[in-house]
Order: sequence, then structure tokens, then C-alpha cells
Amino acid sequence: MIKSCELCGIEKPAIKRPKTGQGICKPCFFSAIENEVHETIISSNLFHPGEKIAIGASGGKDSTVLIHLLDLLNKRHNYGIELHLLSIDEGIVGYRDDSLVTVKRNQEVYQLPLTIVSYSELFGWTMDQIVKKIGLNNNCTYCGVFRRQALDRGARMIGAEKIATGHNADDIAETVLMNLLRGDHFRLGKSTDIVTGEEGDMPRCKPLKYLYEKEIVLYAHYQNLDYFSTECVYSPNAYRGYAREFLKDLERIRPRAILDIIHSGEMLSVSAPAPAKMTCERCGNVSSNKICKACTLLETLSKP
Amino acid sequence: MSVHIAFSGGLEDLFNKQRNLTVPLESQLTLKQLVFHLKDRYLQTRPELFMSGDSLRPGIIVLVNDMDWELCGKDDYVVQDRDAISFISTLHGG
Ligand SMILES: [Zn+2]
Ligand SMILES: [Zn+2]
Repeated sequence: MIKSCELCGIEKPAIKRPKTGQGICKPCFFSAIENEVHETIISSNLFHPGEKIAIGASGGKDSTVLIHLLDLLNKRHNYGIELHLLSIDEGIVGYRDDSLVTVKRNQEVYQLPLTIVSYSELFGWTMDQIVKKIGLNNNCTYCGVFRRQALDRGARMIGAEKIATGHNADDIAETVLMNLLRGDHFRLGKSTDIVTGEEGDMPRCKPLKYLYEKEIVLYAHYQNLDYFSTECVYSPNAYRGYAREFLKDLERIRPRAILDIIHSGEMLSVSAPAPAKMTCERCGNVSSNKICKACTLLETLSKP
Repeated sequence: MSVHIAFSGGLEDLFNKQRNLTVPLESQLTLKQLVFHLKDRYLQTRPELFMSGDSLRPGIIVLVNDMDWELCGKDDYVVQDRDAISFISTLHGG
């Protein structure tokens, strides 16, 4: 058993970092996390002075830690960016309504503006209504496609230049694996990019890309951050669930596995032509087909 | 002897929505044995979200008196009287 922090040698250790295997104390852990995210922001040139950044805020652990860190680092290092919380209300009673209460409490704590856009105002359907209509088979596809467009439209609505999301290292490793398992080589080539979105798209960035889920949860825990942690009432995609369990099993044996998968993804050069970019004939949003995915799904829903 | 147990990150939903429990113990247990004890005596639903095979499900973080259990022997740690043990799930949405 380690008696004292392997960095400062003084305090009682609180966490074994998955990345380094070192046992470190709370103060050393906080500075390590804050410095690493700052380095990621600087080395990838994520933000520019004067930019307005929409933070995708779900009330969950990742986005709560993202809000906390961006607010703290923006003040500490004078990024000169304006932060604006952006939440999506999918219309899931007993899940999203509760998590939005958490977002509102955090809005008070950090004194940041908050905009909520809902599926019902953008698409005319709530997820509850969609599940009633189509059942529990394809619902996550609908939700994913709608969320993507809702975040884009919400960010444009508030005049943001960029969206920041709370994706962590475990999420990115999972996405690499999922794209591999689905044979989606175009997405596979982009799955580890820290900034995504070509011309016309709203750029998205992932400042927590190199933080382990464990680090995010313990950062939130030790900082007493207020986050919401209930599973979505509509059971998630089983295929993704297996990938996630597989990664957690690997991580238990060898924590480096997560970063190594991300590294493999970064080193991949995938020769897949980017799908052509056009404007959806129906809604005018960026699309890779004449009719965008959201409009195609809406059409399916409107059939009796 | 007894220990204080805290559940968070969604695990409380498996334990009758209780975030805190005081668990009396008749004999000294290792953390691994404590996990079984909690499953047998207190878990209300979906054991597969708490355990996988014969151990705690990967993705659940354990803190012993606010210290990462990976720093104090994990499964083999011998639980002491009045220990505060937190189980935090990392598996719920972000
Ligand atoms: Zn230290
Ligand atoms: Zn469209």
C-alpha cells in the first residue's frame, strides 16, 4: 500500500491514475487534470479569443466536468472565449426533464447563459411519441440523428462558432471500435479527430478527449460537482453495449488499452472519399444526400 | 462491526434508491466478500449491473475512506470497522 502521493510525496494518495499507474493525492490529481486539458486546448488550438463556444450540456458527468473545466481554464488562462450552455430536450419524461434540472442548477453555479432546444419544437416529435409510434427497436438511431442536427441548429441559434462536447477517452476508444465493427471506414478515419466538421458544418471539439472516464468521475466526485446519473429509460443499443463492456474488461487488465486504441485510430490513414456535402432540399441543413437523414426519418414517422 | 456504504452514479437505483446504508458485519470480510454480501442481502434488481462473473462489474469505482481501492489491495482489502466505502458507477451517460 502506497503511503504518500507519488508526485508531491506529502499528501495521502487518492487515485491511481489509469494513464500512468501512479497513486496521487487530490491536489496533485486536480492540477494534473486541469493542466492536461489546458495543454490539449493549446496544442490543438481549439479556441480563439472572442469566440462563442456552445457547451453541449446534458447534466451528466462528462458535460458537467467540461463546464467546470472550461469555465475555470478560461478564467485562469484568459482564453477570452464566451461560454454558452446548450441542452437538448429529447422529450423523455422521467429522464431528460430530470437531467435538465441538474443543468439549470449548474447554470446558477457558473452563471452561464443556457439555451434549451427541444425535439418537439425542431421536429414536431418528442422521443416519447416516437417510441410510442415505432417501438424500442430503432429509437436510438432517431435520437442520434436528431440530436446531431439539434445541437447544430441550437449552436447557430445562439451565434456560437463552435460546439464543445464532453466525449472522454473511453467514449472515443468505443467509437473507434464501433466504426471498425460496423465497417464504417469513413467515420473510422475521423473518429479520433479532436475537431470535426468540414466547411458548412458547425465545428465540434472534444477537450476531454484524453481523460479517462474514471478520472472524470473521480474529478467530479472529489470536487463535489452536481451531476445526473440515471440511465436513459429507453434501453441503449445492445451492439454498442457489448463494445463498451469489452473495453471495460480490457481496461481492467490493462488500463493503457484505451489510450492505445485512440493512438491506433490517430495513426490510421483511411482512404475513404468524404461524402459529398450538400444542402437538404427540405430543411436546408447540411446533408450528404438530397434529403438529410433527419428529414428521411421524419418521413418514415409520418407514414401511418 | 459495521461499515458505511454509499452508492452513486446510478447504482443507487439497484439498491432501492438508497444512496447510503449502514451494514452490520458479523465477521471480517474482504472487499470481494463484501460485494457478494451486498448483492445477496441488499441488491433489489438487475444483479448483472453490479457484478460480472464473480467480481464487481468493470466500470464501477470503489473508494475506501475516499481512497481509490486500486491503491489498497482491491478485492483483497480487509474491511475495517466503520470504514466508509463508496461504489460509483461510471457507466451512465455523460
Ligand atoms: Zn500530491
Ligand atoms: Zn433535412
